Amino acid sequence: MTVIEARALRKEFVVRVKAGVLRRESRVIAAVDGIDLTVSRGDMLGYIGPNGAGKSTTLKMLTGVLYPSSGVVRVCGFEPVPQRQALARRIGVVFGHRSQLWWDLPLRDSFALLRHIYAVPAADHAARLSRCRKLLDLDPFLDTPVRQLSLGQRMRGELTAALLHGPEVLFLDEPTIGLDLVSKQAVRSFLAGIGDAGDTTLVLTTHDLADIERLCRRLVVIDRGRIVHDGSLDELHARYGSRRRVVVDLDAPLVTPLALPDVSVESIEADGRRITYALEGGRTTAGELVRRLAELASIRDISVLEPAIEDVVARLYADRDRHGAGA
Amino acid sequence: MRYLVYAVAGFRRYATYRQATLAAVFTNCVFGFLRSALLLAVAGASAGAVAGYDEQQLATFVWVGQGLIGVVSLWSPPELADRIRSGDVVADLLRPIDLVWQLLAMDLGRATFALMTRLVGPIVVGALAFDLFAPRRFSTYPLFACSLLLATVICFGCRYLVNAAAYWLLDARGPQIAWTLCNGVLGGLYFPLWFLPSGAALLIVVATPFPSIIQLPLDILVERGSPEQQVVLLSVQAVWAIVMLAVCREVQRRGERRLVLQGG
Repeated sequence: MTVIEARALRKEFVVRVKAGVLRRESRVIAAVDGIDLTVSRGDMLGYIGPNGAGKSTTLKMLTGVLYPSSGVVRVCGFEPVPQRQALARRIGVVFGHRSQLWWDLPLRDSFALLRHIYAVPAADHAARLSRCRKLLDLDPFLDTPVRQLSLGQRMRGELTAALLHGPEVLFLDEPTIGLDLVSKQAVRSFLAGIGDAGDTTLVLTTHDLADIERLCRRLVVIDRGRIVHDGSLDELHARYGSRRRVVVDLDAPLVTPLALPDVSVESIEADGRRITYALEGGRTTAGELVRRLAELASIRDISVLEPAIEDVVARLYADRDRHGAGA
Repeated sequence: MRYLVYAVAGFRRYATYRQATLAAVFTNCVFGFLRSALLLAVAGASAGAVAGYDEQQLATFVWVGQGLIGVVSLWSPPELADRIRSGDVVADLLRPIDLVWQLLAMDLGRATFALMTRLVGPIVVGALAFDLFAPRRFSTYPLFACSLLLATVICFGCRYLVNAAAYWLLDARGPQIAWTLCNGVLGGLYFPLWFLPSGAALLIVVATPFPSIIQLPLDILVERGSPEQQVVLLSVQAVWAIVMLAVCREVQRRGERRLVLQGG
């Protein structure tokens, strides 16, 4: 079942720039430039892109707080802007750098207030809150005013607040930004649990690619307001030439260099006794490489490095900058 | 029920800051003494009465007015404007409840707390130091209570509009300064408007919302005029309350179309 559908979604902003002593020119900037996106119930979607790519703008149009300049969008069957209040009952939103909690009130009071705002039956509210208290370990700071919470504690409160009304879609805008490693792990584990349950759709924007690797089955990459990749993480690796690496430590340097199809030497260290091979394409497997090496030299140690998503995305962004500079 | 919960939250929010409340009451009282001295000197120079107010009524006008400042929250921080500028208003807009009503409900909760602290404080101090006017007609009390409620709603509307200018200007400091000037001069805070020529005063009372915040509730309380005139003043306030809320909702609707959420 489709829960999010966007067709040719576009958002333009008018920017006024100085063009003389007194004169100013207006320029139209397309923050989102014709996005087509379909998300099914239960999807865990990572929505990534460089700064200014249009991620948050898309999210704000999907949640109904920004008017699209053109295009069609439906979330949970609603048109987000004209039906924002009805839609708000069906979605949850967490912003890593904004708070939806009441600064002066204890978390417990904020949650009680949200129960009434969303008209959640008391039993449902109690069950959901109990689950969040257990999984996110909220009890030690449930009676602390929000202004006195640490960032990690506040984020756990934000997640709870977004889930208490049982949303069908959970939008997360950089939910782990600024968190320490332990808090990040706690948030990721919690979100993974929600995703695994399968009845809540997660849409996550982040710059922390570990979030994506841990949580998202599907990855959408946006660049300059346009979608440049929509598929799984593996498809992204394949498309942008991610390379597995095999690092071998030898007892003595190779006398004859190894020549195999789709294998290149990335680096040679320790006077030739440590060689890093990069595997591209599929014509030579890591196993075959090791077998051929063993025929040529005595191998002391081997390690296989899986491609890191950071490398792929860095390459993707670098391509964009090169093409942008040339444009 | 949702709005009642919001009002309770507003009450609790402000009840948190007890020392700030105490400091505000103290400041209101200090200025109460200054204003009393000034207006009573004017009355003394005019054979004990000026513009239809005797000394008792003037002292009441000053001290209850000093308490009213807190109840209607004449000079509250531009919280909404800051949230619009920073983009935090997005969290408010993502709730299944109208933003104007949610903020009004919270403001009424705040006003209830202020009624019990900010209003009572200056009245007690004023009563100890001056001879205050006690209403002669029982009907004045419910009329004043209604007037107080309407004044709070109108003041909320004015502040809301000043803050909502941030949808267009991003920085609402200009409208904020204009609002501070208007509510003081045209609202009856610096001096009772009836000190002005009656035609000018009447025009300001009918054509602007500012007198409905301070001047009219105090005129009702000190029984300036007949019971019928009190009802007329209350009706003026009621009309302004309706107008302000209608304008607020329309401005909010248009403002959301202008909304540019800052910084991601």
